[in-house]
Amino acid sequence: MAEAYKFELVSPERLLVSESVESVVIPATEGEMTVMANHSPVMTTIKPGVVRVKTVSGKEDRYVVYGGFADILPDVCTLLAESAVHVDSFNKSDIATRIQAAREDVGSAPDDQSRTRAEEFLHHLAALEDTV
Amino acid sequence: MASLKDLRNRIASVKATQKITKAMQMVAAAKLRRAQEAAEAARPYSQRMAAVLANISQAVSDGADAPALMTGTGRDDVHLLVVCTADRGLAGAFNSQIARFARDHARKLLAQGKTVKIFTVGKKGNDILRREFGSLIVERLELRDVKQIGFGNAEQIARRVIAMFNAGQFDVCTLFYSEFKSVISQVPTAQQLIPASAPVADASATAGNGAIYDYEPDPAEILNDLIPRNIAIQIFRALLENVAGEMGAKMSAMDNATRNAGDMINRLTITYNRQRQAQITKELIEIISGAEAL
Repeated sequence: MAEAYKFELVSPERLLVSESVESVVIPATEGEMTVMANHSPVMTTIKPGVVRVKTVSGKEDRYVVYGGFADILPDVCTLLAESAVHVDSFNKSDIATRIQAAREDVGSAPDDQSRTRAEEFLHHLAALEDTV
Repeated sequence: MASLKDLRNRIASVKATQKITKAMQMVAAAKLRRAQEAAEAARPYSQRMAAVLANISQAVSDGADAPALMTGTGRDDVHLLVVCTADRGLAGAFNSQIARFARDHARKLLAQGKTVKIFTVGKKGNDILRREFGSLIVERLELRDVKQIGFGNAEQIARRVIAMFNAGQFDVCTLFYSEFKSVISQVPTAQQLIPASAPVADASATAGNGAIYDYEPDPAEILNDLIPRNIAIQIFRALLENVAGEMGAKMSAMDNATRNAGDMINRLTITYNRQRQAQITKELIEIISGAEAL
């Protein structure tokens, strides 16, 4: 049995999760990472993806997040998501509009750097749409 | 002297107005509660954001690779004032308070020879500021159709502001809104958005104080990503405070209006009764004097 630690998922509109968990899988920008108790302190940005939370009671919850960042400490992990919803209340049209907006961003990007970034974002969104 | 019928009509119309103001007060009270809840719900995010930001700006404190949004352009010639007001009136001095505050600020800047640009959020602020600074208003946004202000609205404003900054259209950005102190007191507030002042790290807020972080990607890049988000969050908070303030102001304004209408009804009723009595007395005198003459 893995050690428990505190996990918080916060979106600007509300606090979604605040409980002790065993492990959390975070879609970090540089690859997915599983965070367990006593993780070394890391701060990372996250890409659009699915956060999988395994609580102490063994229940597994999934949340769809659109970017944000995570602040990981040995005893607490805080995930600040730009927008987060539980997988159950997730709807397809939402992501479709986001993909649409991302496409426009790619089209209107003023320079190469921002275009690459917008393309990357679009790519993540598309991957997310496939998994859900 | 108004006739009895006129008075009766007057009373009926004041009563109707009182009913409306009373209903508006109750609606405002319900909305106020919701707005307060929303503001409450947004607090954890901005608190944690401030903590993280304080933490990370320590890591890039050398300043060399800090993003431009934080350091500014190094000048303060062109000021952008983002003025957030409500879209509807009937809220006492709420909107004019914010507008006046922003106007004083703008006048001061103009007197110093700076260039001022104004971005109004909300219809009322635009209406008031247009009279004096019509040519200075560069952007406007109305949130009239928005039922519940979401983070998306704030993000939209933030994106426009940042785009203007990146295009070099201003040096300093200040946000004007009304801070919700209580139902009867809203304080117009100015807050500098760009250059973003790094929140001072206070020991209690930064849980990981002293911890050596790994940054993924490197701190400067995270900061680049974080600052725009922080700006959006600040705007979001301002909007929520504004909604709560507007509803509070509206509630007390409508409460006042209801009370005034009540006073007016009382006064009119007294006049009405006196006049009716006078008429009765007059008729009686006529009858009596007629009977005596016989």
